[in-house]
Amino acid sequence: MGQTLFEKIWDSHIVEETQNEPSLIYIDRHLIHEVTSPQAFDGLRMNNRKVRRPDLTIATMDHNVPTTDRSLPILDQTSSIQIKTLEKNCKDFGITLFGMDSPNQGIVHVIGPQLGITLPGATIVCGDSHTSTHGAFGALALGIGTSDVEHVLASQTMWLEKPKPFEIKVKGKRKNPHAVTAKDIILSIIKNIGTGGGNGTVIEYRGEGITDLSMEQRMTICNMSIEAGARAGLIAPDEKTFDYLRGREFTPKNYESLVDTWRDTLHTDSDAKFEKEFTLHIDDIAPQVSWGTNPGMTCDVTESVPSPDEYSKGDTNQKKGAEKALEYMDLKSGTSIMDIKINRVFIGSCTNARLDDLIEASKVIQGNKVSSEVQAMVVPGSQMVKKQAEELGLDKIFIDANFEWRESGCSMCLGMNPDILSPGDRCASTSNRNFEGRQGNGGRTHLVSPVMAAAAAINGHFVDVRELELN
Amino acid sequence: MEPFHNVASIVTPLDMVNVDTDQIVPKQFLKLVQKSGFGKFLFFNWRFDENENPKTDFVLNDSKYQGSKILITGDNFGCGSSREHAVWALQDYGFSVVIAPSFADIFFSNCFKNGLLPISLDQKIVEFLQQETTPIHVDLEKQIIKTNSKEIPFEINFHKKKILLEGLDDIAQTFQLEDKITEFEKNSTIPSVL
Repeated sequence: MGQTLFEKIWDSHIVEETQNEPSLIYIDRHLIHEVTSPQAFDGLRMNNRKVRRPDLTIATMDHNVPTTDRSLPILDQTSSIQIKTLEKNCKDFGITLFGMDSPNQGIVHVIGPQLGITLPGATIVCGDSHTSTHGAFGALALGIGTSDVEHVLASQTMWLEKPKPFEIKVKGKRKNPHAVTAKDIILSIIKNIGTGGGNGTVIEYRGEGITDLSMEQRMTICNMSIEAGARAGLIAPDEKTFDYLRGREFTPKNYESLVDTWRDTLHTDSDAKFEKEFTLHIDDIAPQVSWGTNPGMTCDVTESVPSPDEYSKGDTNQKKGAEKALEYMDLKSGTSIMDIKINRVFIGSCTNARLDDLIEASKVIQGNKVSSEVQAMVVPGSQMVKKQAEELGLDKIFIDANFEWRESGCSMCLGMNPDILSPGDRCASTSNRNFEGRQGNGGRTHLVSPVMAAAAAINGHFVDVRELELN
Repeated sequence: MEPFHNVASIVTPLDMVNVDTDQIVPKQFLKLVQKSGFGKFLFFNWRFDENENPKTDFVLNDSKYQGSKILITGDNFGCGSSREHAVWALQDYGFSVVIAPSFADIFFSNCFKNGLLPISLDQKIVEFLQQETTPIHVDLEKQIIKTNSKEIPFEINFHKKKILLEGLDDIAQTFQLEDKITEFEKNSTIPSVL
């Protein structure tokens, strides 16, 4: 029997395998950041251990860096300590760091692909759940906890029980691909399979609805695999993948010969079997807006907030969850999504802060002004994205419309830096999690695509971007 | 890591599904660079009001659950962020066991690295245990939960059980396979980054 892409990558990385026990898997790329690494380095020091392969390890600071003027000192002392700790750890252990003043600084899942560090067929880990993003390149990319960060630093391997392959087919063609985006596809998937629907699996996204997407859009899809509970999400590499990585700063010297091998090997065999399957038809899907406190609590922009009964379909626990979500979100069942007023807009995060995202959002913004009721910000995913956007004049479009144009980082996706919602704020956000308090204690998050966020910024409420002339 | 010892304790019922790690430890507390002291931040936004006074309607603030070592909760516990701080906070607060119908994968994996025992059981059994007001006993060696009226078996992977019972340092275990790692590296086709 043939193998899935995931199984091929898995098999080619087994260092040690015993029946019914976790396997020891070799890790080709280890990305680290300031929040989940300090305790791991402490562990190494306590046990007199070294970093086995500093040449496979790359660090940046993204989670709690300020997005304001980089020449000013960081006011938050605890953030400052965490950043200095990463600097010291990288120096002591010989790890390359893209620090605050580096042109390569940015959200770890934005810079990995941009620098050619992410490679097809590779195993990639990072102490961050959105590591699944790198799966867009046909890599097996896993988010891990701090103990595993320490384990990988010390041994360049980790113990892992083999997840099950899950096929998600995306069929059809979107009628208006500028209005209905990759974000809407992945939110539709999570809405259907639920936030635990992918638990214990590695999702492979397949079908023309996926191959049609650009690499940046594919990253948006794979990024949110974790929001469906999956261990990872991946997409078989094709010429778009190989073109994207060609000629980047850290693209391997023998890249073309690697590509030749990848073309032959990195795909799911026609007779391979998946343990789970789901199909989404995208011909008629609408822009999506989350209404609750997890990404599965999402509906079409043309719909109304569902009642807990409608949402839970008879599951009493899910019903309780929906009741609690509506209370937290201060929403009533039956309210039209387009009647929901917002006062904050965040365009950013490892889900949607790449150049494509900013270009698409800027088309909605151009010639318009942010509603007087709304405070809106754009946080490019990396310094490189910021620079490229500025070369295209996107910064001017956003600034002229009264958006704040910031330095790169995770920013208000999780609000570890000063970019947070105040209690009661309601935000249209291009990020990935609408959990209670995620963007700030008492803040309310609605997950949307960059064009939906941009349109909400102008109108002060959600609008159906299919009504706009986007191209 | 300390070896896991059997637990006898009343249970704390947290009757919610999809409890994410942002709720277990909110982000403002992730800036510490050590592993200790996270217990006071556990479920912070549910436990405390804006003036940091305990909210009386939250289960952890109910005096009858003080000292409980067993948390019982709903489906997909620990979803979202990979932050291991969630496990450190549960343990530092005093929990040694978490029982739920299902767990998110990364959280589940993080538990075993720190000696916290996650047990997944059928929804009906979880609901039964949530009602239990007298102490229950969790015996990892025998893989049994004992209540006054029942003995409930639970499943655990042999390897994971061994790690917990012996408090193994898995990096030291892995180093015993160093020759194999070196051998793998010799044959690897993925070049280094630099």
